[in-house]
Amino acid sequence: MKEVAIIGIGMIKWGELWEKSLRDLAVEAALKCFDDAGVDRVDTIYVGCMSSGLFNNQEHLASVVPDYLGQRFTPATRVESACASGGLAVRSAFLEVASGMSEYALAVGVEKMTDVDGGEATFGLATAADQDNEAFHGVTFPGLYAIMANAHMDKYGTTIEQLSQVAVKNHYNGSMNPHAQYPFKVTLDQVMNSTKIADPLRLFHCSPITDGAAAVLLVPVEKAKALNKPYAVITGIGLATDTIALCQREELYNLKVVEKSAQRALKMAGKTIKDVDFAEVHDCFTIAEIMVMEAIGVVEPGKGGPAVMDGLTALDGKFPINPSGGLKAKGHPVGATGVAQICEAVNQLRGESGQRQLKNAGTALTQNMGGSGASSVVHILEARS
Amino acid sequence: MKVPRHWRETPRRYRMEAGKCKKCGSIHFPARLVCTECGTKEFETVRLSGKGELASYTVIRVAPTGFSDLAPYAIGIVKLDEGIRVMGQVADCDPETLKIGDRVTTQFRRINEEGKTGMIMYGYKFVPDLGL
Ligand SMILES: [Zn+2]
Repeated sequence: MKEVAIIGIGMIKWGELWEKSLRDLAVEAALKCFDDAGVDRVDTIYVGCMSSGLFNNQEHLASVVPDYLGQRFTPATRVESACASGGLAVRSAFLEVASGMSEYALAVGVEKMTDVDGGEATFGLATAADQDNEAFHGVTFPGLYAIMANAHMDKYGTTIEQLSQVAVKNHYNGSMNPHAQYPFKVTLDQVMNSTKIADPLRLFHCSPITDGAAAVLLVPVEKAKALNKPYAVITGIGLATDTIALCQREELYNLKVVEKSAQRALKMAGKTIKDVDFAEVHDCFTIAEIMVMEAIGVVEPGKGGPAVMDGLTALDGKFPINPSGGLKAKGHPVGATGVAQICEAVNQLRGESGQRQLKNAGTALTQNMGGSGASSVVHILEARS
Repeated sequence: MKVPRHWRETPRRYRMEAGKCKKCGSIHFPARLVCTECGTKEFETVRLSGKGELASYTVIRVAPTGFSDLAPYAIGIVKLDEGIRVMGQVADCDPETLKIGDRVTTQFRRINEEGKTGMIMYGYKFVPDLGL
């Protein structure tokens, strides 16, 4: 297998982008990625998108994206694994480059969620759960994570302050991210008194509905070396799946799928979590960040909440998590999220993150989740120059 | 168009019919074609007791389409006495006072009204087990 490098990243400002279409978003992010990498054509394209059919009545993005990107006739593939579609697109592009099949592989993640109203968006997102056995009974996505939060609180004594501190931390980081949907700070008080969504989760424990896209360009490492500038290599990838329905898992207070995907990625990279400097993780709800910390081994099971309060995962902590602001502040255009996590990791590894630049950024871990923990993609990235 | 989709779920939703593995005895709800415990493909149909205890739950304040008239409502995962876990609403209770570990039983209830076709869907909901 060839070693694979990332030589281009493309992020755009996320938010409720009324003036931009699904294809505009994907093409803008891809063009920024092309500019960053200094290329104008690619050999293959992977599009990560969860539900353009439900959100925009538009499938067949494997034609739409290359067509409008000026890459007519280019091989393209759309991949879907709910909110992990973006991470899966990067993994798919990685495999194509690592195998020697292609040299320049673009992974673009996109979701345009505000073409439907809130109820339809909630419905669209709920299709990532088990339609016949969960959604049928009236559960929502916040509801599924709320059930996990209650189980975690019951098992380990995790508190609502701890869940809230994750939002405070991520908004602080996001306040320094010009691409974030909500680039402002929030107080613990604001989070704890926000509107109730699904007990114990309130509005500020939940990631928002977002329009956005992100893109990365993967090449064999020799191509990157020739550029004479800092780049990142992907040294480990772990993909895992679990039961589609939350209720079918023996324990509701952990995320086995994250543990398995992280172990696979670290093993492939020949590393342990102690070798990793920081992480971008899937904080679709603040409880998820705490459970992911425990699943990837940053802390022991049950110690995630206290560790957040102690500042372990803050920008200046020992193991910073979500320097980008996470899904919470940056936004969560579902199919784009996994690709954007890679963009942030590469940006940090190249030392180009400005105000939110981490002091120690040599090895990164990204974790992108599908559904209520039914799929997870983990990438390990390392800085090179 | 949606009628067959709901009709074929009737045995499970109305009668809580599950698949019991003929080899290892594990129970699957919904029934499956392959046993996740032993890989066997032979099952017999059994009916679940519908009784168990609340493993975890939430109170839905912002409801999906078709459920807004019920909000706020409790929904949870119940560990049935057979040892398997099932999701369902918890009705006839004050959602604020529910606790993990509460005993519940099932009743046949109206679940939802499907907007476009006007179909009314029925199935099981959990209610507090008063031991009656
Ligand atoms: Zn069996």
